[in-house]
Amino acid sequence: MTPSRVAFAAILGKDLRSELRTLQSLPAMALFSVTTFVIFRFGLDRTHLSGSLAAGVLWATLLFAAVLGINRLFVAEREEGGFDAIRLAPIDRSVLFTAKVTALLIYLLALELIAVPIFALFFLDSAAALGPLVSVLLLADVGLAATGTLISSMAVNSRARDLLVPLVLLPLVVPLMIAATGATEPLLALGGPGYHRFGTWLMVLGLYDLIFALVGYAVFDFLLED
Amino acid sequence: MGTEKPPAAELALRLAGLRRDYGDRTALDGVRLELGAAESLVVVGPNGAGKSTLLRVLATLLRPSGGEVVVLGCSLPGEAWKLRGRIGYLGHEPLLYRDLSGRENLRFHARLHGIRGDAAEARIAELLSAAAMERRADERVAELSAGMRQRLAVCRCVLHEPELLLLDEPDSNLDAEGRELARGLIGPGGGRARVVVTHDPERALPDADRALVLGHGGHSVRECAAADLDLDEARLASAGASR
Repeated sequence: MTPSRVAFAAILGKDLRSELRTLQSLPAMALFSVTTFVIFRFGLDRTHLSGSLAAGVLWATLLFAAVLGINRLFVAEREEGGFDAIRLAPIDRSVLFTAKVTALLIYLLALELIAVPIFALFFLDSAAALGPLVSVLLLADVGLAATGTLISSMAVNSRARDLLVPLVLLPLVVPLMIAATGATEPLLALGGPGYHRFGTWLMVLGLYDLIFALVGYAVFDFLLED
Repeated sequence: MGTEKPPAAELALRLAGLRRDYGDRTALDGVRLELGAAESLVVVGPNGAGKSTLLRVLATLLRPSGGEVVVLGCSLPGEAWKLRGRIGYLGHEPLLYRDLSGRENLRFHARLHGIRGDAAEARIAELLSAAAMERRADERVAELSAGMRQRLAVCRCVLHEPELLLLDEPDSNLDAEGRELARGLIGPGGGRARVVVTHDPERALPDADRALVLGHGGHSVRECAAADLDLDEARLASAGASR
């Protein structure tokens, strides 16, 4: 058997190299989020948002931008024979899951490096909330990456892939979004960041991450069978 | 080419009553054959006879629906995990990423098969040279012709020095030079078993030890020594007719 860390590095390196070369996912995700912020700014006719509305705008935008990347996560594996290559190799197939979760996590972090400062520029008075927001973003990204990878691997063999991913993914990430907006809301409150139930929501996010990472790891081998 | 069957311990393949269904449709039905560890098998039959399905079952990419399948001493599907890395599979798709170069693709496959560092670079250079692909190896696969991609796919197939080669129309898209170069990499000899699916029995039969003729519906029409299969019969079988 090839050591899992070697196979993990090979698959992750291949994905990142392909993305850097073709820019098929990240630019679309970033452009979508920026455009959505512009629409919210003029649609709501507000130059300042706070509390639950600000948290909702931020997380709804990031979630739908993430769906664009999730849709494409396994397309090369499906269309260019990557699934067969991995099934023929002497590797633990769960490595593909962990490599794809990591790749998606990197895409989401890169997206947020662009989208969150633009959100702050459009809607926030100060950048004081951005520091503590990082922990919420990280925990929510892990959950979104684990769930998104699992759903994407199931939907990629369907011709209705673009429809199936949001239809299945969005209900599954409702708890994640409730916890993420719950943790974000006090941070973006009027008058500066607050921490009411912040720790509780972070624990909910951590629990969600753990459950979906374990479920994905456990069932992924089965999903790769014919 | 030999015609005597080898003892069971030296068999690369042993199939008894292999069946594979896709839902209600049966693609392979009751296929029986035995192939020695260093023998070549040529598989002929019309379109839809289940030739490619047979290769995918042997490659562990599809689970058999019934019957006994033993590949390199491993019973399928239960011991499929023991076979990974021991099979070289060349199917209809080259299994190459279009946005990576040929060399990057081979490096990727080498790492999946646990070949690393200088050993990987040396093996890749050797294969690219054998396939006359050194000059084009750093171009993206998407920019290469179908024949060039097939040469790279042949390199990918033998990169990890497999014990069994499963080749589905290995000459497709190759010109005369490409066929000759590919023959050096995936041709008979070298002490490994080969299963070659072909619509060109004229070229494949002389290299084979045994032959399997599949008919419509995946029925095994005939399994025999290659020398016993008449070329005209093989041509008719490929065309979907029988004598």
